[in-house]
Amino acid sequence: MDALFLHRLQFASTTLYHFLFVPLTLGLSLLVAVMQTLWFRTGEDTYRQMVKFWGKLFLLNFAMGVVTGIVQEFQFGMNWSEYSRFVGDIFGGPLAIEALMAFFVESTFIGLWIFGWDRLSRRVHLASIWMVAIASNISAFWILTANSFMQEPVGFVLRNGRAEMVDFFALVTNPHLWVQVPHVFFSGLCTGAFVVMGVSAFHLARGTERHDVFARSLRMGVVAACVGTVMVMMAGHTQAQHMVKAQPMKMAAAEALWTSEDPASFSLFTVGNERERRDVFSVRVPSLLSILAYNRTDGRVEGLHELQAQYVAKYGPGDYVPPVALTYWSFRAMVGGGVAMLAMAFLGLFLFYRGRLEAPGRYLRVLPWCIPLPFIANSAGWLMTEVGRQPWIVFGLLRVEQGMSPTVSAGMVLTSLIAFTALYTALLVPFLFLMRKYAFGPAAPAHEPAAEPVLAPF
Amino acid sequence: MDLNTLWFALIAVLFVGFLVLEGFDYGVGILLPFLGRTDDERRGIINTIGPFWDGNEVWLLTAGGALFAAFPHWYATLFSGFYLALLVILVALILRGVAFEFRSKHESTRWRSFWDGALFFGSVVPALLFGVALSNLARGVPIDASKNFTGSFFDLVSPYALLSGVTAVAVFTLHGALFLCLKSEAPLQERAHALSLRLWPITVGLVLAFVGASYVSTDLFQRLGVNPGVAPVGAAAALLSVGWMLRAKRHGWAFFMSAATIALSVATLFAGLYPRVMVSSIDPAFSLTIYTASSSPYTLTVMSFVALTFVPLVLAYQGWSYWVFRARVTRAHLEY
Repeated sequence: MDALFLHRLQFASTTLYHFLFVPLTLGLSLLVAVMQTLWFRTGEDTYRQMVKFWGKLFLLNFAMGVVTGIVQEFQFGMNWSEYSRFVGDIFGGPLAIEALMAFFVESTFIGLWIFGWDRLSRRVHLASIWMVAIASNISAFWILTANSFMQEPVGFVLRNGRAEMVDFFALVTNPHLWVQVPHVFFSGLCTGAFVVMGVSAFHLARGTERHDVFARSLRMGVVAACVGTVMVMMAGHTQAQHMVKAQPMKMAAAEALWTSEDPASFSLFTVGNERERRDVFSVRVPSLLSILAYNRTDGRVEGLHELQAQYVAKYGPGDYVPPVALTYWSFRAMVGGGVAMLAMAFLGLFLFYRGRLEAPGRYLRVLPWCIPLPFIANSAGWLMTEVGRQPWIVFGLLRVEQGMSPTVSAGMVLTSLIAFTALYTALLVPFLFLMRKYAFGPAAPAHEPAAEPVLAPF
Repeated sequence: MDLNTLWFALIAVLFVGFLVLEGFDYGVGILLPFLGRTDDERRGIINTIGPFWDGNEVWLLTAGGALFAAFPHWYATLFSGFYLALLVILVALILRGVAFEFRSKHESTRWRSFWDGALFFGSVVPALLFGVALSNLARGVPIDASKNFTGSFFDLVSPYALLSGVTAVAVFTLHGALFLCLKSEAPLQERAHALSLRLWPITVGLVLAFVGASYVSTDLFQRLGVNPGVAPVGAAAALLSVGWMLRAKRHGWAFFMSAATIALSVATLFAGLYPRVMVSSIDPAFSLTIYTASSSPYTLTVMSFVALTFVPLVLAYQGWSYWVFRARVTRAHLEY
């Protein structure tokens, strides 16, 4: 196996693994902060128990996100040193700002929150969880600033054999960034909401003690999920419209659109021949892709063949078509997951208005099985956006094979790939064990006097 | 002072912050199996660093991010060159980070001793390897004309580098023991005190050996000259005063002095490197300097505004968090 493939495999797998935990941190931190705000305002024990219960799950997940995040920052230099030299002038900035503005706040205030229950005033303790929630989401903004440069380079000149920053303001107003941030933010909210809904439904269906805790959590989850799924879709729609303009090749691959069409049809199901770049079998909805791209029934969407010819003329000989099947199917997995979540969220809202949300029934029994949905959609979406960027590591400027570390041998990457795979897989055992224990176990919240010094973990 | 020098100094400050702060929590992790006799005692030990370790580790992440932003070639050469060493550090830090969170979440002796082991391993290994890495920065490594590291893992583990690693472990362990003297109660505190008294002469001996070896192996002394300046002399004086403060049971001062030892030693290393950032052992002309490894003046300017705004804020709220948790850890306050 060649080094390039191993470098890519390692980056993809460690990133996808890291990104299992990140969206839940983004969403659940906000939900816990809201719960604690409600406790602060009302003083009701139900809210306090909600904070304790969801806070525990949040912390387990947060720890996994933190430790796998260290790898991410190191990997650019370790595996992609030529890339780091090429974009460091631009890419390093957001990473350093992320650490300075977000990681320090997150890590310091999470300590204050965990250990500050009886050492901080209730107001300051509440402020701590808000600091964690806000900082987590700010960190997402900065890493997406860096990522957006890879998708759509702005504010730079090519000088001294590298991309140099000439306009920091352009970097943080990158149009790609501002369509991506809301999408990631609201998918985080959906992830938090579906975990809260799934776990709450499980306890309501089983009739766990403290019905109030889970009933209120479920309602809160449903509301968050309704807001989240709608906003994710709207953000996704603006993203797709922007993609047609900025990265048409990614759009064409995501749609398996081999040749340009006007009006363009939307593929419902395509079996393609990727080598010959043609359809074997395809069910398409006429004009729908034009509608999605331009909000009208006509409009030309470029196909892979035409774009390939254009890119050869622009960038020189080479293959500029990303892996089509992977992009196409991950796009569908993302959208499919999103649609399923939207349906479940609004079904919940409907039941809520009927007053039947918490009543034992099919809805409560199905919800726990929906917990994987946001994780599938998150991973698929990330996969699509990064695979669809290929063969570029920085769109239009640097190809992936030009970015890897020249001095790191295939054997060394294989070693680290095996090490990370083994470690990450092994870590799932205690992590899932604890998640199961604290989410679904009998350790349900109990009535405890609030003033007692907390001896139990957290 | 030009921007490149400012950023070199800022990177040095970040590494000082990282090694002084994370230094004591590595030390506490190393001492965990030796000082904690019961589960409650071990929890107590972990809880002394519980609110701080994550914030301390972010100093490393920030140093990494700042290297990337201000000196991309330094970041690229260092991280790709020290690939396998960094891999081991990452594995150790991952295990350490989850150990804090997982350990007390399940009542089982085997579960807890496993995570105690992970905490020990996750503390001793980075302490050792950061010592190894820093000595290699001082001594120089094979770097070619295209700024790439051409050596192998075994070029990094010379006897000199290993001595440096062991010395770092000793310094951090002493630093951690002194922190425990400050933050724990009897009988744990008495044990930490007794251990500090035994560790101090060992640490002094190792540091002496390391300084001697550095004289032979690096050009630090030639560069520092006959009058080495405040940093190395201060580092030596601080380390020597630790023993004296310990005998007087002035633990606050002893801890402050061990922090000063670490800070001034790192400052000495950076002063000795300046203006180089990666020393080439092949040809001095191939060494990366603060000018050949840096970002553009524009980026350095932007990042200066960012750093000079946020670093003081970080110091303020991290300082406040240390103030909030200034009390000794008692049985009633176990969270992890």
